[in-house]
Amino acid sequence: MAAPLVLVVLAAVTVRAALYRSSLAAFIAERVEVASPLNAWKRVVEGLALLDLGVSPYSGAIFHETPLIIYLFHFLIEYAELVFMITDVLTAVALYLAIQDFNKVVFKKQKLLIELDKYAPDVAELIQTPMEMHYIPLKVALFYLLNPYTVMSCVAKSTCAINNSVIAFFILATIKGSAFLSAVFLALATYQSLYPLTLFAPALLYLLQRQFIPIKLKSKSFWLYTMQYASLYLCSLVVIICLSFFLLNSWDFIPSVYGFILSVPDLTPNIGLFWYFFAEMFEHFSLFFVCVFQINVFFYTIPLAIKLKEHPVFFLFVQLAIISIFKSYPTVGDVALYMAFLPVWSHLYRFLRNIFILSCVLIFCSFLFPVLWHLWIYAGSANSNFYYAITLTFNIGQILLVSDYFYAFLRREYYLTHGLHLTRQDGTEAMLVLK
Amino acid sequence: MAAAVLLLLLLAAAGPGPGRADAGRERRDALREELLLSPLPTGDVAATFQFRTRWDADLQRGAVSHYRLFPKALGRLVAALGVRELHLALTQGFWRTRYWGQPPLQAPAGAELWVWFQPTVTDVDKAWKELSNILSGIFCASLNFIDSTNTVIPTASFKPLGLANGTDHHLLRYAVLPREVVCTENLTPWKKLLPCGSKAGLAVLLKAERLFHSSYHSQAVHIRPICRDASCLAMSWELRQTLTVVFDFFSSGQGKKDWSLFKMFSRTLTDTCPLASQSKVYVDISPKNKEKELLEVSPPPTSVHEAIVQGDRRTYAVYDLLSPSLFNTSRSLNVQLKWKRPQDSSEMPIPTLHAQRYVGGYGLQTGEICTLIYNTHPYRAFPVILLETVPWYLRLYVHTLTIITKGKENKPSYIHYQPAQDRSRPHLLEMLIQLPANSVTKITIQFERALLKWTEYPPDPNHGFYVGSSVLSALVPSVTAMKDMDVEQSPLFTSLFPSSDGSSYFVRLYTEPLLVNLPTPDFSMPYNVICLTCTVVAVCYGSFYNLLTRTFHVEEPSRGGLAKRLANVIRKFRGVPPL
Repeated sequence: MAAPLVLVVLAAVTVRAALYRSSLAAFIAERVEVASPLNAWKRVVEGLALLDLGVSPYSGAIFHETPLIIYLFHFLIEYAELVFMITDVLTAVALYLAIQDFNKVVFKKQKLLIELDKYAPDVAELIQTPMEMHYIPLKVALFYLLNPYTVMSCVAKSTCAINNSVIAFFILATIKGSAFLSAVFLALATYQSLYPLTLFAPALLYLLQRQFIPIKLKSKSFWLYTMQYASLYLCSLVVIICLSFFLLNSWDFIPSVYGFILSVPDLTPNIGLFWYFFAEMFEHFSLFFVCVFQINVFFYTIPLAIKLKEHPVFFLFVQLAIISIFKSYPTVGDVALYMAFLPVWSHLYRFLRNIFILSCVLIFCSFLFPVLWHLWIYAGSANSNFYYAITLTFNIGQILLVSDYFYAFLRREYYLTHGLHLTRQDGTEAMLVLK
Repeated sequence: MAAAVLLLLLLAAAGPGPGRADAGRERRDALREELLLSPLPTGDVAATFQFRTRWDADLQRGAVSHYRLFPKALGRLVAALGVRELHLALTQGFWRTRYWGQPPLQAPAGAELWVWFQPTVTDVDKAWKELSNILSGIFCASLNFIDSTNTVIPTASFKPLGLANGTDHHLLRYAVLPREVVCTENLTPWKKLLPCGSKAGLAVLLKAERLFHSSYHSQAVHIRPICRDASCLAMSWELRQTLTVVFDFFSSGQGKKDWSLFKMFSRTLTDTCPLASQSKVYVDISPKNKEKELLEVSPPPTSVHEAIVQGDRRTYAVYDLLSPSLFNTSRSLNVQLKWKRPQDSSEMPIPTLHAQRYVGGYGLQTGEICTLIYNTHPYRAFPVILLETVPWYLRLYVHTLTIITKGKENKPSYIHYQPAQDRSRPHLLEMLIQLPANSVTKITIQFERALLKWTEYPPDPNHGFYVGSSVLSALVPSVTAMKDMDVEQSPLFTSLFPSSDGSSYFVRLYTEPLLVNLPTPDFSMPYNVICLTCTVVAVCYGSFYNLLTRTFHVEEPSRGGLAKRLANVIRKFRGVPPL
């Protein structure tokens, strides 16, 4: 199993190395879809240059990376390309190992439920076989490493790759059952980009499930474990933030990083929904809508936790997708992370309603982004609405894709318990509807 | 006897009334007016007026209640806001240093204001805001648009020009409004500050319709404290009102470069301002080449004065309006200048220091500000301080700053960079660059164009956004050796900038303002965008709400909705089988 992974890694590294040497690298690095104000490499270099000039990098409106990133690249600036390639490979390997472990868990659980006769009798074709599951981890690694989005993100040296890596290690630690490492990596991910805060819920659910602690609000052990995990998380977050304070000896990074993420002052176009909305917003409604849009990202967590408490990994996937759609400065690197999970849900394929159309939408949008950008910014023959329209379409595509997977997942769960061949009271074949 | 003298002295000290001040042996304030007419190498003519009011009083103490020559509006402003030094310039057009030579006093296009406050001022920003608002009222200019987004605190470029104890640059504020348009409504209040208004003296020539029919118009007000005498034990206040205007006679005068006062201002000088203690007209008649006497001025000047101004030996024909002989022969003075033979304009003298700036790059995403600084001195290198103020919506990347001289990188020996804050502070870049002899230095810095909120664009967004001129300050070594001379005697401005020694002179240059286009949103779309984006959010919310709150059920045959039942009733009447 390791040999194909090595092959994939080699292929991925070759592609990246070739692109770094080509003239495309500069073009990709300038793309607004790949590099947002939050993670553009140009801004990291600028931050380091400001530090060299003796100016606090946070005194301006250019640099919004965390102090740990400055510290990291202070030493590794010469090897930046290598760092980003290694980060990508590490992310892929972490995801590979995590999904390998997750598959074992799924298989065990499935076996247990079959032995307990919890499944309907005629669902044999819905059961995942080890044969099917064998190549899923490899596909996940492949999907991450050779996804054009990831490749571009890596070639542009967007620090999004680092955030993805941290999240991947968090997932690995969670699935391996290490509450401490999971909390530490979650704290790191939160520290890096704030939104992974919502991943606390799926991680907690998974760990509880692994410990066989029933998720009941009245149960004492549930609260005990939750408190334990939450305090681990908060402690590591506090430690990391204090560490960053001591790195630069100032709290300036808090408004400059988190204030910047939350209040969205930089309206540079990206693939998200925020930039044009707030460029066109009436000034007196601006604060209200910033609040609404930010709450929107965090809003789905609790309902999803209730609905998907038995399936924390699927919950994690949906939550990652929601973050990457609704975060204030999304890039294609964020999209790539949740897309890496799509092979894990390949057994849902038969229930997806419009996967073909949605894939086409996403692919065509990806090609139209640079075209319409060129028409607006360079040719002057289009205006901002063209680019805005394509971001809308891209986001609708993503939303429908995720909700399609969600629908398929729920439907499969229903079939598993109620049987695949449903009949009406009068004996004819029945339709399944949401009510 | 002694007691009587003492009593008189006491009386004089107690009430410095107008009558008493006049009766005093020396007046405590004085007005000197000057006009310098200099033909420029291109054939244009520059006319520079300077009205200098000097007052031996301490404005700061607040004890002053009687104003004679010094305008009360400005005097009270200085006293109330703790102003140490004030320099305001309103300019239309651009002084082309490369072709016109070093200006006597240059100003950037638009409005420029820089002020040193007294160390006693606690809240400098508040005083600055208040001051710019008051000046806005006094000069009818849009100086009230000066706020934190265009104010900077330079650390090295602007030193106090008058008396100063310390140069703590936190007391300094500098702002440029490059978009400001200067017109008659700014000139009228400026003229009103003159003791004689525009009724008498040189100010008669200031006729708005001629002044604004010109290539360059710059009016300025400088207030500064100076030494009262050589021993410098007491302080006086000096107000200089200057106005520079460049007329293009070469193209408007059918290729002739001859001019006269009447042709320029459509007025002539008829009398002097009775309040002026000095009133002189200088005409620059310096020989351009070795061959002398190319031009001829009439009427014959009162005297001829030779001086070294900005490293150049110059000859001036002087008309002293106060000398009784001048108005004896004719009722009015109309200075005329005639060229004896057409001048070959092929060899124009190139100033030692000049600069040029432009925006590079294409598209609306990124760009590059390029500044070219020329040092044409044949053998001497000298340092120059460059001050660059760039608005926040052009995001400068200081790591892309490159300074190239003669193909090699030129490291600035001092660099002060203050990055911009969105919507609150501009970029400030100050550098000390050594310019080697006979060289061109190219400074480039890349920027990214921000997309603004739709309400932040001016009414004509596709016109572009102005970036104020960058400021070059340098001590330029002079080609001709200068000797210390009596600055009071030489015309105009040699006394505003202190010259350190005879071998160099101070020059402050301003480069071209830049016009940069930014990407614009569609201004007609706010409602549509709000609706469409909210729809996308609602699509997500709706589909998730559906999936989260509902559960799967087997569809049971239903009796149908209201529509189906209604259709069946109609079908029954028609005699068709129901649905």
